[in-house]
Amino acid sequence: MDLNTITEVIRQPSEQPGMDWHEGDAWLAGGTWLYSTEQPDLRRLIDLTALRWEPLVPTDEGLEISATCTIRDLYAFAWPETWTAGTLFRKSCEAFLSSFKVWNAATVGGNICLSLPAGPMITLTVALEARYELWAPDGSVRFVDALDFVTGDHRNILAPGEILRRITIPEYALRKRTAHRRFTLTRLGRSTVFLVGTQRPGANDLLLTITAGTTRPVRIAFVPLPDARTLRQSIDAVPADVWFADPNGTPDHRQHLSRHFAEEIRRELTAGDLP
Amino acid sequence: MTYIVNGRRFDREPAPGQCLRTFLRALGHFGVKKGCDAGDCGACTVWLDGVPVHSCITPAFRANGREVTTIEGLGRPGAPHPMQRQFEDAPGFQCGFCTAGMIMTSATFTKDQKADLPRALKGNLCRCTGYRAIEDAVKGVSAVETAAPGKAVGTSVGAPAGHDVVTGHAEFTMDTRIDGMLHLKVLHSPHAHARILSIDKSAALAVPGVHRVYTWEDVPRRRFTTAIHTDHLVDPDDTYILDDTVRFAGQRVAAVLADTIGAAEEGCRRLAVEYEVLPAVFDPEAAMADGAPQLHGSHDPFVRDPGHNILVELHSHIGDVDVGFAAADVIHEGTYVSPRVQHAHLETHGSIAWMQDGRLNVRTSSQSPSIAKVKLEYLFALRPDQVRVFCKRVGGGFGGKQEVIAEDLVALATLDTGRPTCFEYTREEEFTTASPRHPMSLTVKLGAKADGTLTALQVRNVSNTGAYGNHGGETLYAGGAAVMIYRCPNKKYDAYSVYTNTVPSGALRGYGMTQPAFAVESAMDELARALHIDPLELRRRNIVRPGEPLLAMHEGPDDVIFTEDGLARCIDLVGDALARTADQPHPGPEWLVGAGVASSLHETAPPTDHLSEAWVTLGDDLIYELAVGTCEFGEGTSTAHVQIAANQLGTTPSRIRLVQSDTDRTGFDTGAFASAGLFVAGNAVLRAASAVRDRILQFAAAHTGIHVVMCTMDDDGVVCGDRRVSLAELVALARRRGIRFTAARKAYGSPRSVTSNTQGFRVAVHRVTGEIRILYSVQAADAGVIINPAQVRGQVEGGVAQGIGFALTENHQVDGNGVMVNPNLRNYRIPTYADIPRTEVLLVDSADSVGPLRAKGMAECCINPVAPALANAVQDATGVRYRALPLTPERIYGRLPAEQSVSTG
Repeated sequence: MDLNTITEVIRQPSEQPGMDWHEGDAWLAGGTWLYSTEQPDLRRLIDLTALRWEPLVPTDEGLEISATCTIRDLYAFAWPETWTAGTLFRKSCEAFLSSFKVWNAATVGGNICLSLPAGPMITLTVALEARYELWAPDGSVRFVDALDFVTGDHRNILAPGEILRRITIPEYALRKRTAHRRFTLTRLGRSTVFLVGTQRPGANDLLLTITAGTTRPVRIAFVPLPDARTLRQSIDAVPADVWFADPNGTPDHRQHLSRHFAEEIRRELTAGDLP
Repeated sequence: MTYIVNGRRFDREPAPGQCLRTFLRALGHFGVKKGCDAGDCGACTVWLDGVPVHSCITPAFRANGREVTTIEGLGRPGAPHPMQRQFEDAPGFQCGFCTAGMIMTSATFTKDQKADLPRALKGNLCRCTGYRAIEDAVKGVSAVETAAPGKAVGTSVGAPAGHDVVTGHAEFTMDTRIDGMLHLKVLHSPHAHARILSIDKSAALAVPGVHRVYTWEDVPRRRFTTAIHTDHLVDPDDTYILDDTVRFAGQRVAAVLADTIGAAEEGCRRLAVEYEVLPAVFDPEAAMADGAPQLHGSHDPFVRDPGHNILVELHSHIGDVDVGFAAADVIHEGTYVSPRVQHAHLETHGSIAWMQDGRLNVRTSSQSPSIAKVKLEYLFALRPDQVRVFCKRVGGGFGGKQEVIAEDLVALATLDTGRPTCFEYTREEEFTTASPRHPMSLTVKLGAKADGTLTALQVRNVSNTGAYGNHGGETLYAGGAAVMIYRCPNKKYDAYSVYTNTVPSGALRGYGMTQPAFAVESAMDELARALHIDPLELRRRNIVRPGEPLLAMHEGPDDVIFTEDGLARCIDLVGDALARTADQPHPGPEWLVGAGVASSLHETAPPTDHLSEAWVTLGDDLIYELAVGTCEFGEGTSTAHVQIAANQLGTTPSRIRLVQSDTDRTGFDTGAFASAGLFVAGNAVLRAASAVRDRILQFAAAHTGIHVVMCTMDDDGVVCGDRRVSLAELVALARRRGIRFTAARKAYGSPRSVTSNTQGFRVAVHRVTGEIRILYSVQAADAGVIINPAQVRGQVEGGVAQGIGFALTENHQVDGNGVMVNPNLRNYRIPTYADIPRTEVLLVDSADSVGPLRAKGMAECCINPVAPALANAVQDATGVRYRALPLTPERIYGRLPAEQSVSTG
């Protein structure tokens, strides 16, 4: 929709775009959320896509994903065969409520910074133990664990003027076995719960990530692989107020589904040694 | 900056925060529609360098230097793109408002995407078709046929506007530009109940571009009802255009008129309103209790008991239910709850007004321009000749536009300023301020003998009319249809329509019958289980049969003609279909499978006055002009009217030019609702066309000297005995004598017929998650003689799909303060392609209709049995009865029989 309070768009920001930040500014990437709802407090948009950050950079250390990488580019990414967790890229993209048309513009960083519980890029990057690189307005840089970035429904740790520059997924995480489960109230709807389990190749561990059903991502590490009772107790130990209530699910149902799907993931990673 | 759209260059600069959708429309590309303005519905889909995007969430400046393609550039009228042709031929549309987006999306599909349409189409919502027709269009399946002269009825001819719809040239209300047009935006109440103590306009008026701020002090102090009926006395006059008391969160507080929408929005933000917040009540039972907050004074004698917020109360008793229950072997009682649901027609409400030659002109998205005109005359004290109201194509209605909720404000502003004025609803305003379906809670008590014969049928219905009484009474009366369907000597119906501090309820497909059908048909299923009788058999034993009186509330004379047993045949067809498909593959051990059925029946026109007039004139161009006031919003009456006229005039639809829904160019028409577009207006068309035919034949007989019984219409001529005279010759001869072949006829919604149906579902319910999957869907319907088979199929499929949405996916949520939680299509989930199964549509051919050519409207009734058939199937699968809608997984899972798959180790 038209954002009628916007008086200016910075079409060509400086390489350190935060330097010029002031009240009423918003970072613009795909714009697919920004333009989908009223933004009466905004006056200026700063177009990060003009900085032409390389979307996807595979390195020896892992995969660097620029915040402005589109969902389309991530979906089309051909990952090296050794990255067994690469299947999650597509599964996470498919978890978007939005259609492939929106993927043409929406970005990985935009989804993370929107920080909705159902943001599948949050699921992906938390499950694969990513680090986020954040640029402060003064030019300083900090790195955070993806798990610590989202703090609640539509809330995160970004300071005013701070931007998410890139997401780095470590190589060891990309080599892990994965299993995932997702539930939606309608057939291809928004996630009610989205769970991912990962396991080191040849190891007997489980790193379980619960998202969408919780106001912030929950990640629980098990070494060795837990039995069903231990797993269930761990999920039951998630504080009650973390289970999310919104039109896409109730806290009770989300907790119930998480128990069920976590157990399915546990069994899947227990059985067979297929990636 | 330079923009290239459909190969044409535009040197125009968008506003900094402008989205591509409005920029393209400002450049004249009106094929780019607004359904949600939020990226959810896909109606605004265009291509950027050949890649489809939702233009409403695309910054306009991003199109700079890229090639933009809209529906108008994909193909042209006469030379459409193959996908446009496929959508015309399928036909893959009803109202046509989603069509441009569907085509712009589908035309880009790869082979893989065509093989996975649920995913490929998930960003495109259609509220009309139920998606089967869209799938056919994408796959190139065609149903449109060409009619031979005089044979249009019974042929699946295409809609008159079909080619314009698929090429993006069909004009909807907002698809126009008027120089100097001003825009209105409304400030809505944040409180569910409050008195407005003061409104300080000064800061708003200081915003550059703001012309006026209207508050309750600036409007005619005339109470009216927003509901559209011919007889305005069937609704209470309890509403002001703007009031000094607000009775629901979202109600209009003030309206700001400005040069631009942005300035009007800023004006709204700068209004300083002081409220005295009053206690609010949201539940109708609580609202009826002593001491509850009172919403309305006692101004209108229509309101039964303002002290207890009771708008209307009905108490009827036939026979003696106590005697009936005493004689019963089995008694079942249950309370069934149908929640608030929204039409979600893709085109939002909107109106444009201007003055021309001293007359007020209003272009609007309405189901009844005739009644909207009458209301504007009343509100603004205008003579009938001072007002014109008309509709272009309307983008979906479903009853939501049987309401005057936009026309009043544009008329106010235009009469005040003399300037053209536009008021267009946002999607959020649709949810928070436009009238949804009445939430109803019905307690049904049934008594039956061991053989299934009903001995007593008692219903108590508590309906939530919301803050105002529009449609509150009529929907309550309509609920009697669910009592009428069964023969029973003892019937009792007690009903209450109650004011609460919630969005005013209104008309929605099924109109007061859908909720009682859910209750009574669920209860009948439960009774069948208690009696150990097959639910279909229980219905066969108890449904009303021809010759028996249709009794809902009172014994006495009625105007319904009912001579064929259409309902029994519907029941048999569905029974056979479920048996035939019983060996469908089982989805697996985690799923519980079961089947359910439900029936419904109602009259083919409303009990209140319904009038329509049609004019047919043979022009000098040898085209028949058919003028009828009914508007077209996808219900297909335009096609049917043209077919009926062509049939009577012995010609083809190509020789009929339809003029519609314009109070300056057509006669009076109560409106397109209650299935009356076919039944009442169709009769007017039939009579007018027959009258013109008779005049032509008589003239030809006189001219040739051959007796009129030997004369027949023959497309562009008349055959008189063994001689053929062309229409051209007859028209020329007639013209010389000052004769025109023209006729006007009126029709009235009485006597009426009955239409009926039965829905069957087979469902699977997941033992753990509570997910419901529909494995099979079938509806049998008695639509009388079929005018257009493809359209009838499409209407039933669309009604079933909407019914599935209301039962399974849509969840209108309101917080503790009466504010809607999910007022958008992202979180209020109308069905997508993926959510809707194919429905097998089976038609019963009956001939007892008094409608045009013995046809019956069926597009309304088809929704009524959907929810109960689903609930009945879910019980059959799970053994658990769910008596409150919607049947969403989080409401299902907790009551399922002992969970098996989560082991506790």
